[in-house]
Amino acid sequence: MRKIISLILIGVVAIGIALAVVNIPFGTPKTKVGNYYINKGREETGAANIVTSVVVNYRGFDTLGEVTVLFIAAVGLSAVLVTRKKKIERKIEPSSLVLNTGCRFLFPLILFFGAYIFIHGHLTPGGGFQGGAIIASAFLLIYLGCRGRRISETRTRAAESLSGLVFVVVGLIGLAIGGHYFLSNFLPKGILFYLFSAGIIPIIYIAIGFKVGSELAGIIDRLMEESE
Amino acid sequence: MIFIVSFLVIVMLISAIAASIFKDLMNAVIASCLVSLIAAILFYLLQAPDVAMAEAAIGAALVTAVFVIAISRTKRYEE
Repeated sequence: MRKIISLILIGVVAIGIALAVVNIPFGTPKTKVGNYYINKGREETGAANIVTSVVVNYRGFDTLGEVTVLFIAAVGLSAVLVTRKKKIERKIEPSSLVLNTGCRFLFPLILFFGAYIFIHGHLTPGGGFQGGAIIASAFLLIYLGCRGRRISETRTRAAESLSGLVFVVVGLIGLAIGGHYFLSNFLPKGILFYLFSAGIIPIIYIAIGFKVGSELAGIIDRLMEESE
Repeated sequence: MIFIVSFLVIVMLISAIAASIFKDLMNAVIASCLVSLIAAILFYLLQAPDVAMAEAAIGAALVTAVFVIAISRTKRYEE
């Protein structure tokens, strides 16, 4: 009986979504703002990657909101999981030599790749969020491969707070001297396709990369600590 | 090209349905990881490499790791 009712409900929802979607012409531009970004984005922001120019420059305040949401999620998780009562000191079985050496060999390479992605965020695909996630996956590899190694919690907290502070301070400097709005681009734009170009966009993306990487690494650290 | 895309979409649908009906939760997590991985490939084929990188790094790697840790702390089999 329950299955029949849920099947009927799924059918109703599917028909509703289909009726809502069927009249939308996909692929035709409905607004003018997309064409504006594509035509004017490069000369206005100096970033070769238009996605980055939208995420950091035109919609920079939304990005600050996204980073804040991730921060609140990490804080809530650690508030739920971390109990200060007792640290269980259990004997951890060390991993084998091949696994240990391989993980320690791969770890700096993955870190460099993540750093490359968020430093070149204004030139190539990728950016702070992607680079930060790759850095966090490098820490995940260390946790899985070399048992017993830990990153210090105070250091991840410090990196997280400092990078968040850099984001807000750069935005406030832009508000003060650059123009009329938060996160306005007050540095010189430089030459297109060069590493030192696009004004504040690389600074913001490096800050986002550090923040996302330290937050996700901290989440994994707290989960692994509880699981042992 | 259209054959590759339709094959990927069919595999994605099968693994999404499989993730919902597996009783062994570890298999279900791997199936949902496959959904994220194929979504990343499809984003790349649709010329959205930024989204593809985010989906591959977060959806396929970190979310799977979080689920595996959660399953190792709770029960593995669904009644």
